[in-house]
Amino acid sequence: MVRVKLWGSLRSLVDGQEFVEVEASNFKQLLDQLEQQHPALKPQIKRGVSFALDGVIYRDAWFTPISDDNEVVLMPYMVGG
Amino acid sequence: MPLDQNSKRDFKVIGKRVLRPDGIDKVTGKAMYGADMTAPGMLVGRILRSPHAHARIVSIDTSAAEALKGVKAIVINADLANPEDEFFADIRDNCLAREKVLYDGHAVAAVAAVDKATAKSALRLIKVKYEVLPHVTDVDEAMKADAPVVQEGRADESAPAGSSQNVTSHFEFGHGDLDAGFAKADKIIERSFKTAATHQGYIEPHACLASLGSDGRGELWCCTQGQYNVRTICSEVCGIEASQLRVTASEIGGGFGGKTTCFIEPVALALSRKSGKPVKLVMTREEVFRATGPTVSSSTDVKIGMTSNGRITAAQAKLRYQGGAFPCGTVEFGAQAAFAAYDLEAVQTLGWNVMTNRPKEAAYRAPGAPMAIFAVESVVDELCQELGLDPLETRLKNAARKGTLSSYGPTFNDIGLVATLEAAKAHPHYTAPLGENQGRGLSCGFWFNFGGNTCVSLNINPDGTVGVVEGNPDIGGSRASISMMAAEELGIPYEKVRTVITDTNSLGFNDVTDGSRVTFAVGLATIKAARAAIDNMCERVANIWGIDRDAVEWVDGAAQPAGPNAGSHPPMSLAEIAAVADQTGGPIAGHHEVNADGAGVSFGVHLCDTEVDPETGATKILRYTVFQDAGRAVHPDYVEGQMQGGSVQGIGWALNEEYIYGDDGRLQNAGFLDYRVPVASDLPPIETVILEIPNPGHPYGVRGVGETSIVPPLAAIANAVSRAAGVRMTELPISPPKLLKAMSERG
Repeated sequence: MVRVKLWGSLRSLVDGQEFVEVEASNFKQLLDQLEQQHPALKPQIKRGVSFALDGVIYRDAWFTPISDDNEVVLMPYMVGG
Repeated sequence: MPLDQNSKRDFKVIGKRVLRPDGIDKVTGKAMYGADMTAPGMLVGRILRSPHAHARIVSIDTSAAEALKGVKAIVINADLANPEDEFFADIRDNCLAREKVLYDGHAVAAVAAVDKATAKSALRLIKVKYEVLPHVTDVDEAMKADAPVVQEGRADESAPAGSSQNVTSHFEFGHGDLDAGFAKADKIIERSFKTAATHQGYIEPHACLASLGSDGRGELWCCTQGQYNVRTICSEVCGIEASQLRVTASEIGGGFGGKTTCFIEPVALALSRKSGKPVKLVMTREEVFRATGPTVSSSTDVKIGMTSNGRITAAQAKLRYQGGAFPCGTVEFGAQAAFAAYDLEAVQTLGWNVMTNRPKEAAYRAPGAPMAIFAVESVVDELCQELGLDPLETRLKNAARKGTLSSYGPTFNDIGLVATLEAAKAHPHYTAPLGENQGRGLSCGFWFNFGGNTCVSLNINPDGTVGVVEGNPDIGGSRASISMMAAEELGIPYEKVRTVITDTNSLGFNDVTDGSRVTFAVGLATIKAARAAIDNMCERVANIWGIDRDAVEWVDGAAQPAGPNAGSHPPMSLAEIAAVADQTGGPIAGHHEVNADGAGVSFGVHLCDTEVDPETGATKILRYTVFQDAGRAVHPDYVEGQMQGGSVQGIGWALNEEYIYGDDGRLQNAGFLDYRVPVASDLPPIETVILEIPNPGHPYGVRGVGETSIVPPLAAIANAVSRAAGVRMTELPISPPKLLKAMSERG
C-alpha cells in the first residue's frame, strides 16, 4: 500500500486524515484509487494536482512508478511565471 | 533524465559567455515585435473599456458605430464561443465582458476600422447603458460577509462555509504541534503585512495581427510567452479547431509571467472573422495597466516563536491574496513557499484566494512567493534584532537541508540553501561597514521550478551546420543556451548552431515559457535530440566502414572507431557525415518529445544595503548582492541577467510600485509616469554570485533560474530599510511618504 500525504485543507475531506493508503504502482492508479476511495477529493483532482515522489515534484506523469517505500505527497498543480 | 555520470566533465561550450544571437537584431531595430507585422488590407482594432469598477451591462447599442464610414466590424462577448471549461470561459469574459463589467478598464466591445482615427470615433458612438453596482478593491474588505460580491457561485469546496462569496478557495499546509512549539519559544513576534499589486512592467505592450477567414483557417502573430497556449485559448474562445489556427510568436519585449494568457488575441480573431480582413490590435500603455494582469495584492499575518539562541520553535502564516475579478490560484504557492527555507518542527500556513473588482491577476515570476516570504523574513529579522542575533547565522541554524521535512510536505533531497547562505557569509559585503542612516537587510528565497511539455527537432544541415527548432519564445536568452547545449553535445563550435522558435503548426505542443523551465526542459530535450542524431550518424559511419554500430563512438564532433578491434579508420567529422547524407539514408535529424520532470527546487539569498533620508523618507539602494544556485550556469551572462533582473523588479516592488485605486474603484496611476519602476539611476551595480550545485534531474545539472531572484528582494530591502530607519516597515511599497510618516511617528 502506498501512503499518500495530503495537504492540510484536503484532510477535512477525508475525515481529518493526514495520510491515506491506496493500492497503486503508478501515479495514474494512485489518482484513480484516491477518487474511488475518497470521492470528496475528486473536484481537486479534476482541477489538477502535482505530486512529490521522494522529494522530486512531478506534474502530469501518470506512469511514474510508485512503490510502498516511496514518500508520496500530493501537492497543488504546479504553475510558474 | 538523470544527471550524466560524467557530469564533472570538462565542458567546452557550457559556461562560456558566447555572443547572444539576437543582439544585433535588437539593437538595430531589425527584430520583429508584436506590433511590427503588417498585412495587405489590414484593419485597425480598438477596444471600448468600462469606466466603472463594477456595473451590470443593461444594453450595448452599436448601430451608430456600425453606420460610420470605414467601420468594418464590431464584436461583443456574444460573438465569442461558449467553452465548457471555466478556465477558458473566464478568459473569454475577461477579453470581452459578459453581463457585468467587473473592474475599471474591463473590455466591453471592440471595433475594426480602416484606420485608428475611425476606430476611435466608432468607440465613442457605441452606447453602453450601465447599472452601477457597489465595488470592492481591498482584499480584507472583500472577505467581509457584507462585501459587494464580485461574482456569485465561484467558490470551490475548500472555501470556508459562511465566508464571503468573494473567497473562492482555501489552502492549508504544515505539520507539527504549533501550541507546543510556541510554548517552547523565548520570544514570539506576531505581525501583519500588506503588499500592493504590482505590474510585470514589460516594455512591450500586448500586440497581435490576426487573420481568420470564412473557411475557418486562421493565422495569428502575437507577442506571447507561449504560442501553443495562445492557440489553445483562442481555439476554445473563438470556436476554432487547433489545427486550423497557426500562431507565430513574435520577438518579445518582456513577459515575466504576464504574457502567459490572452487579453486581445481572441478579440482580434473575432474582428477578423467578422470583417473578412486581417486585424491588428495593439494595446496602449494605459490599457496594459488597466486591463492586463498585475500580480496579486496581499494581506498576511505571521507569527514566529524563537529560542533565545535563535532556534525557531514554531511558525504560522495566514495569507489572503486578491487576484482580481476572477478566481485565482496563487495563494497556495505563497503558502507552500512561505517557510520553505526553514527546518521546522511545527509550522502551519493558511491561505485564501479572494476576488475583488480589479483586473484578472496574471502570473508574475514565482507567483505568490515574494509577498509571503516578505512577511516571514521580516519577522525572522525582527526576532534577530530583538534577541540580538546575527541574521545570517540564525538562518543557517534553521536552514532546510537534505532530509528536512519541508513546510509544504515532501522531504528535501539535494538542495543548495546552506551553500548559498555560506557563500553570503563569506562575501565581503556581509561585513562591510555601514554609515549613519544606513541598514543591511538579508532574505532567503525559494521557488519550485518545473519542466513541462517540450518538443525539439535538431537538423544536421548538408553543409555540416546544425539547426535546432524549438517552440518556446526566448525571454531570457534561451536561443543561446539551447544552441550551446546542442554544440556541446555534438562537439561542434557554438557558431555552427542556430536555434529558432517555430510556429504552432511546425512542431508538437510546447508548454509556455514559464516556471523557469526552458533552459532545463528544452535543454534536456535538445541534448536527447542531439544524442539521437549522433546515434544515427554513428550508424551510418558503421555502415561506411563495414563494422558494427557498437564499434563506433562519438568524440569531439566526429565518429571514430571504438577501440582497436574496430579496425583502423580515420575519424569522420559531422560535416563529412552530413556531406554524404544523401548516399547514406537521407536527411539526418534527431528529435525528442517529453513532459519533463525533475526540475529541482531553487534557493537564493539576497543582501542589501540601504540609506534612508530622514528629511524626505526616500530610500537609496547602496549595495546589492545576489547568491543563487543555478545547478549549472549554461551561459553565465544570462544567469546573472536573470538574477539582476529579478532583483531590480523586486526593488521596484519594495520601494515604489503599486496599483492605486480611488474611492470610485478606478485605477489612478495607469502609466509609467505615475507607476514608478526603477530606472538605471535608482540602482547600484547588482553583484551576483552563482553557485553550481548540480540538479540530479538534468544531464548537465541545470536548474531554472528565472524566478527565484524576485522572491527575496522585498524582504531584503524591507529589512534593510527597517534597520536603517529604526522602525519596522510592514507595508509595501515603502514609498517616501510612508517611510517619512513611520519615522516621524517613531519619534
